[in-house]
Parts: sequence; C-alpha cells; structure tokens
Amino acid sequence: MSEIAEKVTAIIIDKLGVSEAEVTPEATFAQDLGADSLDTVELIMELEKQFEIQIPEDKAEAIQTVGDAINYIEAAKAE
Amino acid sequence: MELKRVVVTGLGAITPLGLDVETTWENAKKGVSGVGPITHFDATLFKTQFACEVKDFDPMNYLENKDDRREAKDFKRMDLYAQYAMASSKQAIEDSKILESEKTDRNNIGVIFASGIGGLHTFELESGSYTLHPELGPKFSPFFIPTMISDIAAGHISIKYGLRGPNFGVVSACATSTNAMIEAFNLIRLGKADAIVTGGSEAPIFAAGVGGFNSMRAMSTRNDEPETASRPFSASRDGFVIGEGSVCLIFEEYEHAKARGAKIYGEVIGGGMSADAYHITATHPEGLGAKLVMQRAMDDAGIKPEDIDYINTHGTSTPVGDISEVKAITELFGEHAYKLNISSTKSMTGHMLGATGAMEALFCIKACQEGIVPPTINHKEGDNDENIDYNLNFTFNKAQQREVNIALSNTFGFGGHNASLIVKRYKE
Repeated sequence: MSEIAEKVTAIIIDKLGVSEAEVTPEATFAQDLGADSLDTVELIMELEKQFEIQIPEDKAEAIQTVGDAINYIEAAKAE
Repeated sequence: MELKRVVVTGLGAITPLGLDVETTWENAKKGVSGVGPITHFDATLFKTQFACEVKDFDPMNYLENKDDRREAKDFKRMDLYAQYAMASSKQAIEDSKILESEKTDRNNIGVIFASGIGGLHTFELESGSYTLHPELGPKFSPFFIPTMISDIAAGHISIKYGLRGPNFGVVSACATSTNAMIEAFNLIRLGKADAIVTGGSEAPIFAAGVGGFNSMRAMSTRNDEPETASRPFSASRDGFVIGEGSVCLIFEEYEHAKARGAKIYGEVIGGGMSADAYHITATHPEGLGAKLVMQRAMDDAGIKPEDIDYINTHGTSTPVGDISEVKAITELFGEHAYKLNISSTKSMTGHMLGATGAMEALFCIKACQEGIVPPTINHKEGDNDENIDYNLNFTFNKAQQREVNIALSNTFGFGGHNASLIVKRYKE
C-alpha cells in the first residue's frame, strides 16, 4: 500500500468507525461503509485538511469508493 | 374529558454528586458538595475557577455494544451535553423496564428532553476557528449544527430506541427541564402518549459559559473556599456556582404502568408556568411571577398551600433571587410557610441550568418516597440576611426526616420564565 493509501485508510477508519478489513479499494462509502451524507462531507473535508488539497464539490461527488479517494489524492499530489 | 394520571417509573442521573441516582441521592442526603476546581478548560484567567462538574464520566461506558465502532463513533461526535443525556436516559429507560414489556408500543412513547444552552463547547470550537482565521474561509463541520442544537438530545434518544411519539426540546434557560416535564405531563394527561422520556441536560462549564456568567456577575468568585461558595439564603452569598449533568425521568400513564407491573416512584400532579415580565436576568423584586407560578401549579394539582410539605426552591445563592423567592413563598403560603420544609439543593449540586429542574424534581420524588428532605448546606450560624425570615425552615446543613406527601419544585430562568412542578408520594 502506498503512503497515501495508508493515510487515507487510517482517516476512513477513524471517521467512519469501521474496521481495517472493511476498507478495501472497491468498498463504497455509502453502501459498504455505511456513511451518510454528513459523514461523506466530513470525510472529504478531513482528506482536504490532511493532504492540504482542495477537492471541488463536483469532483467530491464522484468519489464513491475508497479507491476513488486514493486515486484522486495521488493524482492531486502528483501535479 | 377526563385527564389521565401520570406516574414516574424510571430515573437516571449523571450529576456533580454521582454517576447514578442512588449515589446522587445518598450524597444529597449527607449534604455533600459537588464542587471542585474547573477541569474542562484552563480557567486560570477567569474570575471563577471552580464549578460543580460531573466527575469520572466516560461516555464509552454507556454504549449498548462496546465492540460496535459505529456506535462509539456516533457517541464520541456528540457534544458533552448530549452524551450526558444519552447516559441518563439509558439509565432511566433500563430502570423503568418499559421497553422490555410486550404491552409497550414504541410509537406511543415520546421524548421531550431539554437543554438551556445546548452544545456550547461545540459552538465555541467551530465558530472560534473561523473567527481566528476568516481568511481561510468557512471550514465548519457538517456535524456542527446537528451537534450544537439544543433539541438534538431528544432526537438521539428517539433514534436509538425507535421511539416515535411526540419529540422535541424545550428552551427556557434555567426553567428548561421543568417546562419539558410539564409538556410531558400534559401530553400524557391528554392521552397523546403512553409514556415520555423527559428531563434535561447541560454542559456549560467551558470558557464561553463561565466567562459569560462571570461578566454578568452572576457567579460566586469565592475561589479561596469553593466548597462553601454555594450558600443559598445566607447573608454572605455572592452568586451561583455553575453545575452540569443530566437527569432523566420516565413519565408514564398510570394504567399503562399498572398493566405492565411497573415500579412506581411517585406521581406528578401539577405544573404551573408564568413570566415575570420585568427584566432579562433579574427576578421581580416582589416575586410576582414566582407567586403566580406556584399558585398555578397548585390550582392545576387541585390542592391548597397547606397540602405542600416541601419546597425545593430555585434558590441559586444570588443576592437578589433568593430574597424575592422567599418573599413569594411567605406571602403565598402565609402561616403554612413556617410549617414547610424549604431547601436549595443547589448548595450541593451547583446550578445545573437546563438540567436543574429535572434534578430537583428527582429530589422531590425521593423526598416523598423516603420521608427525608435534602438540606441547604453551607449556612453558618449568624450569617443572616436582614431581608430573609429565618423562622422559616430552610433545612440548613442537615437533611431532615419528615413525612412528605406533596413536594413542589421551583425553577426560574433568564428571560423571566417561571415553571413549577408538583409531585406526590405514590398511593394506588
């Protein structure tokens, strides 16, 4: 797992109260990890803060799975 | 339409005197003070550096399932005031066994749970970071509003237990939880619910709460002897001592309680409400609103002043408030005023603000049940205020044994809101 993926996983575990085993790249926030709309907003804000990036709202809406989040952040940090 | 009888079938308490009903009540009977140095924040620069805090509270002790990380996450995210409410309501609901009964329909159980301020600490944290750095733009948590609002405890309780009856919070500053209980009492009397989880919760011992009340000169600044600072009805009193916590009561329609064989602590027989219409924070000097509210509560209960045995006063230990309340009692009760037991349990618990009405209703219920009146501690011989009549029995310093058939609890809130509740020893 990349450093970014590890950090994203830790944030998800903390914010959503899920176990590490549940946080797979394919896991969807809404269905698999039980996040409601408020949880999702909070999670995106925490990712923005921890990685010092801005995630515009339309991009945030496209982040549905753990893998989406990791890919987005890796791309943003590579820029 | 015949009104239904309302009884109390469950109690829960997270208070400065203990983390359950029994410890709280035992300490109140012993005259223990709940005061201590402020630990919730660094109060070094504050005029008041002590408070009646809840001690050793761990919200994780009140989860349904300690291994459920989602429940833990939801619980941790709540403001402290809501955590206290979840803890006291868990105790009261379990104590009442109401959800274990097959006769219980959760659609007919309401939650009317109050807080005078709500999530003050949450508000401080969230708005503080914006105020400090407006140039960074708004970074408010999506949970900010639903964590802070003062009705959210009622929401959380209903969600956790699936209670779909009437549900709301009530706000009237320090009268808040008495108003909540009166709402609960009325709805059950009218047949709108079989039972209601009611009471109040407050967690104001943070910089904004202590600093705000300090600026009003409402709080005692006796930092050299905090344990005797809350001294209602004594001449040297210099303001209230801030408290916190939550008390929950299960109000239940009598026949419903009987049918399921519930344990009954006492009966609620009347509620009164009035306003001072005088000043935002000072009580009316002649106690006009106080007299009205007690009279209305007695009228509602269908009783006379002579029927009351004990008054748990608002008695906050402020210079003005104590005098006008005593005046109101003396004028309203006449000769009987001298036969009453009067006490201010805020001498021990501090002023729990929005939770105080529920706290004091609990003390009234226990006083009726056990025939013991909890004391007004911290009165020194001779520390007499010339405006207070010491021929009245203030139950100074030691609990008194006495048959208490009916007790009245007064609460008065900033804004001039007054609410009184009358409870009675349970008889079939």
